[in-house]
Amino acid sequence: MIADLGYAAVLFAFAAVIYAAIASVYGARKDDWRWVESARNAVAITFPLILLACGLIIYLLLTNDFSVLYVTRVTSTEMPAYLKVTALWGGQAGSLLFWNLLLAAFTTAAMLRKWSDQRPLMPYVILIGSITQIFFLGLVAFVENPFAPSLVIPPEGQGLNPLLRHPGMIIHPPMLYLGFTGFTVPYTFAMAALITGKLDDGWIRTTRRWTLVAWLFLSLGLILGGRWAYDVLGWGGYWAWDPVENASFIPWLAGTAFLHSVMIQEKRSMFKVWNIILVVLTYLLVIYGTFIVRSGVISSVHSFAQSAVGPLFFGFLSIMTVFSVYWLMRRREQLSSPNELQSFLSRESAFLLNNFVFMGILFATFWGTNYPLISELVTGEKITVGPPFYNKVTGPLFAALLLLMGVAPLTMWYRSSARRIGMAVRWPALVALVTVVGLFALGIRNWAALLGLWIVTFSFILTVLEFWKGIRARMKRGESPWAAFSNLIGRDRRRYGGYWIHLGVLVMAFGIIGSYFYQQETQIRLQRGESATLGAYTMAFNGVRQFPGPDDLLIKEADLNVFKDGRQVAELNPRTELYTRTGQPMTIPGVRSTVSDDFYVIMVNWETVTADAATFRLYVNPLINWVWAGGFIFIIGTLIAAWPDTVEQKVTAASRARRRAATQPA
Amino acid sequence: MNHTFRRFATGISLLFLLLAIFLLATVPAAAQEPVSDDEVNEIARNLYCPTCENTPLDACPTQACQDWRDEIRVQLSEGRTRQEIEQYFVERHGARVLAQPRFEGFDMLVWILPILAVVVGGFIFWRYLRDLRAPGSEADERLGDDTAMMAQGSAQKPPPAPDEDDYISRIEKEVREE
Repeated sequence: MIADLGYAAVLFAFAAVIYAAIASVYGARKDDWRWVESARNAVAITFPLILLACGLIIYLLLTNDFSVLYVTRVTSTEMPAYLKVTALWGGQAGSLLFWNLLLAAFTTAAMLRKWSDQRPLMPYVILIGSITQIFFLGLVAFVENPFAPSLVIPPEGQGLNPLLRHPGMIIHPPMLYLGFTGFTVPYTFAMAALITGKLDDGWIRTTRRWTLVAWLFLSLGLILGGRWAYDVLGWGGYWAWDPVENASFIPWLAGTAFLHSVMIQEKRSMFKVWNIILVVLTYLLVIYGTFIVRSGVISSVHSFAQSAVGPLFFGFLSIMTVFSVYWLMRRREQLSSPNELQSFLSRESAFLLNNFVFMGILFATFWGTNYPLISELVTGEKITVGPPFYNKVTGPLFAALLLLMGVAPLTMWYRSSARRIGMAVRWPALVALVTVVGLFALGIRNWAALLGLWIVTFSFILTVLEFWKGIRARMKRGESPWAAFSNLIGRDRRRYGGYWIHLGVLVMAFGIIGSYFYQQETQIRLQRGESATLGAYTMAFNGVRQFPGPDDLLIKEADLNVFKDGRQVAELNPRTELYTRTGQPMTIPGVRSTVSDDFYVIMVNWETVTADAATFRLYVNPLINWVWAGGFIFIIGTLIAAWPDTVEQKVTAASRARRRAATQPA
Repeated sequence: MNHTFRRFATGISLLFLLLAIFLLATVPAAAQEPVSDDEVNEIARNLYCPTCENTPLDACPTQACQDWRDEIRVQLSEGRTRQEIEQYFVERHGARVLAQPRFEGFDMLVWILPILAVVVGGFIFWRYLRDLRAPGSEADERLGDDTAMMAQGSAQKPPPAPDEDDYISRIEKEVREE
């Protein structure tokens, strides 16, 4: 009964978006605004309808209604309530419905908020948004119906995949979905601008903050995903270049390139075609990413959401590609902007170079991810493209990007003088060099790590100096250092939020270099009372306790004392968990975290574990906490840049702009 | 033209050098003597069994992977090298067991194409930038200095170049406005 109601809501929403697509075009063609408004209302009703459907699914999950197939697949009576709620996105059908909810939220909110601002674009904003919704709602309505009944009603459900029962996993998927669905907004406005031929910068101004918000969530999803892998997957790392990780990283690369190149258009009205291409590319890569995650076309550790939706995704992806390219070609003439560079050494060319490097990383990652498919098609042999490939190919490109990150903010629009830039980088380059020589003297011999550390130090100093220059100018006017700092950021949040993000990336890079080049590991079998040493750490093993946990768990927990320099620094309890019903094992590491490194121990669950003996895998991960700290700084920077203006700020900004316009010679 | 081309060529060679060195960076040391878990893992880390896709052998709990690790241990104790052991698995299960495709046959493409894309893309990108440059900016570019630029005369002077000092003065103006 409740399931029927939920399914009816989905069908109704599906019908509404089909109507909206037709009515919006008809209204635009006949120039009859009543049809367009009707289409708007049809789109607006999808959000409450899907919200209702999601609410009903959650109700079914909470009440253990095993007459619904989805409920039996992702929940069991023993699961705690909060996990039952998050089981909404714990499987294919439910997560698609949840995806639809977020998609409807974004498209409706952007449409209603910008309704009067961008009126002429609206019919096509509705059309493009509806087409996307038709596809995703169609999947839920006809292919992956979360309300489908069980053929046989079982007494107990299968329970949520244990890997998904982690706090990081509860927030990681919604963040990624928010990021993915969010990028639909700039796409709808860009396409509407193409179709209507209103190709001024209106669509960019309108979607700027929406793009930044989508990007924020995607970044957050990626960072949380890394943290989840580190805490739960038990292999001592946080990024494995797995196809599904790549699937969300690739759209992020395109989106990041867009956030940079859009500034050229805003400042100099150039590269309009390129910006639209990047927005279209980001959207298509989002669809592609979803396709990779959900189709199981490319095998992955994330294959918990596989099904037969692959061909449909592929079809939709093709249609949208052809559609987008068709309109781009048709408006090619109108878009051609008088692109002109005054100098190779300018902010414009720095941004373009940035885009070039991002595209290089994007291509290499995309190519590596898809290569197993291509090789199977051509040679009939499936092969593996693992982390070593990506590290080697993208490593130098990332290094180039970090270097550019330091130097590019020194360039100016139109042209910069090589001499002035040379003067500005001289001292930071030298200080970075002295640092690296010092590290060399301390025994670091890996030249790639040294080069990386030089670049990170160099760019970090330059970025800090960017802040310092502004602060000093303000302090000369009598502001206190703190006021100067906060006013500086507040006055130009996009610019300084951006630099703040750069600082976060550089801190992350520092951590990545440390943990990539200097990770130590060892595996050893210990008897009670024995100990093992790795790096500066010694670990004594005091036996294993075994006890049942909640939710049909069998837990084996080791008791370890960790010493450093002869002093006990931690007591760790790595454990293995076995979900006895499904037989799925989990490995939870014991970790001692400090600023300089993590001592990370897992109990190897494929070797026999008795009360007196177990096999351990020990890792020392240097600087790894800098990755998380950098991620935190990164997110703060994005929030600074994306935070909505208060009304007061808007007014002062507007009055400043008016004054500037008035004083500027015509 | 000649000058810029030389610069471009230097850039490309540097890029190649960088890539080449990166490719050589991770040559592992061969293991010998009594076989420890670490020695097994050293080889297992870069192998993938065909059933547990995308999970490296050293982190995979399945029985199949356990058998593979035992096989590696036996072969190591017989004094086989890393290459021989990898070859053993490749012959039985195909090239997919390797963490990265070998640089041979069709699979060369996986390595070459990204590098080619960056190089050819870089060339096209550079040509594009060159064509974008406004007439008359060549001279300034060569001298790369705004004092020299002024010395060249202001016949085709581009839009005023905003200065770093300009930027600081803008901040100062903002402060005054408050």
